[in-house]
Amino acid sequence: MRFAVISFPGSNCDNDLYYAIKDGIGENCDMVSSEDTNLNMYDVILLPGGFSFGDYLRSGAIASLSPIMKSIKEAANNGKIIIGICNGFQILTESHLLPGSLIKNNNMQFVSNWEKLSVSNNQTIFTNEYKKNEQINIPVAHGEGHYYCDQDTLASLKDNHQIVFTYNNNPNGSISDIAGIVNKEGNVLGMMPHPERAVEDILGSKDGLKFFKSILNHKVRS
Amino acid sequence: MLKKHIEPSAEEIRDQKLYVQMGLTEKEYKIIVNKLIHRLPNYTEIGLFSGMWSEHCSYKNSKSILRKFWSDGSRVLQGPGEGAGVLDIDDGQAVVFKAESHNHPSFVEPYEGAATGVGGIIRDIFSMGAKPIASLDSLRFGDLDSQKNRFLLSQVVSGIANYGNCIGIPTVGGEIGFDDTYNGNPLVNVMCVGLMNKKDMETGRSKGLGNSIIYVGAKTGRDGINGATFASSEFSEKEEAERSAVQVGDPFMEKLLVDACLEITKYHSDILVGIQDMGAAGIVSSSAEMAAKANSGVDLNLDLVPKRESGMTPYEMMLSESQERMLLCVKKGHEDEVINIFKKYKLEAKVIGKVNDDGQYRLSFQDEIVCDIPTQSLVDDVPEYSHPIIKPKRLLKRTNDYYPAFDDTYQILKELLSQPTIASKNSIYRQYDSRVQANTVLSPGSDAAIVRIRHTNKSLAMTTDCNSRYIYLNPYVGGQIAVAEAARNIVASGGQPIGITDCLNFGNPDDSDSYYSMDQSVEGMSEACKKFDTPVIGGNVSLYNETDGNSIYPTPMVGMVGLIENNSNVMDQHAKKANDLVYVIGQTYDDFNGSELQKMLNKKISGDIKHFDLNEEYDNQKLVQNIIKEGLANSVHDVSEGGLGVALLKAYSKKD
Repeated sequence: MRFAVISFPGSNCDNDLYYAIKDGIGENCDMVSSEDTNLNMYDVILLPGGFSFGDYLRSGAIASLSPIMKSIKEAANNGKIIIGICNGFQILTESHLLPGSLIKNNNMQFVSNWEKLSVSNNQTIFTNEYKKNEQINIPVAHGEGHYYCDQDTLASLKDNHQIVFTYNNNPNGSISDIAGIVNKEGNVLGMMPHPERAVEDILGSKDGLKFFKSILNHKVRS
Repeated sequence: MLKKHIEPSAEEIRDQKLYVQMGLTEKEYKIIVNKLIHRLPNYTEIGLFSGMWSEHCSYKNSKSILRKFWSDGSRVLQGPGEGAGVLDIDDGQAVVFKAESHNHPSFVEPYEGAATGVGGIIRDIFSMGAKPIASLDSLRFGDLDSQKNRFLLSQVVSGIANYGNCIGIPTVGGEIGFDDTYNGNPLVNVMCVGLMNKKDMETGRSKGLGNSIIYVGAKTGRDGINGATFASSEFSEKEEAERSAVQVGDPFMEKLLVDACLEITKYHSDILVGIQDMGAAGIVSSSAEMAAKANSGVDLNLDLVPKRESGMTPYEMMLSESQERMLLCVKKGHEDEVINIFKKYKLEAKVIGKVNDDGQYRLSFQDEIVCDIPTQSLVDDVPEYSHPIIKPKRLLKRTNDYYPAFDDTYQILKELLSQPTIASKNSIYRQYDSRVQANTVLSPGSDAAIVRIRHTNKSLAMTTDCNSRYIYLNPYVGGQIAVAEAARNIVASGGQPIGITDCLNFGNPDDSDSYYSMDQSVEGMSEACKKFDTPVIGGNVSLYNETDGNSIYPTPMVGMVGLIENNSNVMDQHAKKANDLVYVIGQTYDDFNGSELQKMLNKKISGDIKHFDLNEEYDNQKLVQNIIKEGLANSVHDVSEGGLGVALLKAYSKKD
């Protein structure tokens, strides 16, 4: 599989993701600039955390208008795997590739901590290595991680089993403790916690490694 | 030619003594006129002198003391004098670190003051060619009973958090202390640590006739004009109005600068002559220092400086402290290569001048020469002041030793734990992204922070420390303890201390108590540094930390870095298993002078430091290192504020 990590100006977890792919699961990975427009050669496209364009205006808002986004939307429509982590999740909701939006944490402060997550759905491209309801330890670090959507959207997320990860101790006020979701088709995922920071014991946990390994089980359509 | 109407003439500057309000003394003005330039300086020139000759830029009051610091040692690749110091950590790699204070700006405008403090120290690190991998903050505030102090704390913390989080450098540690001595003068000291391959090391130098001076980053505005002079004077309540001397930060711009500059230092060092950050005293300090270090001079054309506002005068442009700007010296003919790299990062870079061969510092503006003075006069000809070292009366006559008297130990311990200095700081450091870059092994909340070196089995341990109460009671021994405690943090985390940086936060140097404390604490620190083999490779001095005549306790903050040669030696402070044995290493004496307990029960501190022996301390630390290496310890915790009771409770409390 070929992985691409998109670097937006202001992305700051792009290297971390790159190493999680290269060293964590030993796959090919390139850093691709958000100014580029061609993603044809990649199977998995990752939008990293950080503060794209300083998160000025609104998290992810300016990045969602980058030249690369057209190719990302095409790739998503063609069933390729798209992953947005933290700021990447915010960019995906801003681009309407995922429903809902991410607003300021309830206490109005940035929160950086280890969080216990539950794997609510282990039947996805991203979680098939986990057991159902497995408890995993993954760090969060965000100021605008409160997932919000209207009741209809929430009902449809639940009906379609689109809620993938939930917080055990909700750190930001997210509706239904949502930490990560997929789109209806199941090929686009967004999550606020950082699995790429939990891929080695020395970092405090390697619970994030199964997230990346799960993807490898997915058969690439050629 | 508008400026001629606004700016005073050279004669008016002399006759009305306008240089005095710019911070220069009459004697200094005479040196400039009679010995250095042999004519009357114009408004721009006297402005440059006032900035460059300020304590903040020149260390004129502290240089004679700073020379006492021990800066040798086999690992030192770069000692004091550059953006940051550099230590060899073997395998072709080097660690770069420095600490800097942003006390004055943080009092006036705490959010931006703290944020730009973080920004400034980060630029010092990557200007050396190193990738910033961690930052730490050493903060001091007054009593939290006061609303003003609570406001300062929350704003300083958000300023650090927003800047550091956005730029993607983990804030991994530091410490926060509270004491009423900081009521009118909080301390905001920021330390940044960088990592690089030894061969990528850069320095801030401009040389080679015709080579270009390139300006890159944010445009120059009227923010922070002559902030260096502002930082070099005492506060009085009315001066709170000096808001324009505080700059505004843009972490996004800085992130672009880090990435772009690292690409240049890493892959294009053949065409790069030198690089330096535009810190205090902005364009003038960076360009003059870079030239002076290489014994050369520069011609700058101020019409080419990217400006944010119209109608800026040369004085304003040269002394503006707008943030997120860097100055590069690039080989003639390669300017476009560099400009294009910056363009890729959406940054504007501009050639604003050239290296000359007559050593002059020459500025042109609107087809006129507005400054033509020897470059050395700004940097190397600053007069040095040493003050007589007189032991203050309060230290001559010792008060009695303090012994606490209480019945309910449980209650006292509970109260100690709720003292702000001792209580958990989780509510603060959870606002800092401590794990970005995915290298953080130990984040805030243990003795030292640990960041592993990717693709090796090594890590760096880092900490900041200073118990100013001990230094107030006994500057010499207190200085030794500051270094020893920092080393204890590193050793408790499984590391070998390898070097320190410092921020010397003191009051007015003309005050003999302040000056004596600075001199003696530096002597003590230096003595300890030799013992622990931790050379002082850089730092910063912040004097005039007083408001309306009330000085802070002398607070020479120590920022220490240690090397963990083998990651299996990493230790945290949390006890692991039931039935494990608890050992106390070192003697426990009845030392309560200057303790948190004395402060809590008596509201003030007094007495002398009774038992501290540097050799004993060193031996104890060696013993702990050996215990860790032998694999005998499951956790180690340093005993400090609050003593053994607090240390035990913290070792057995749940991880934050």
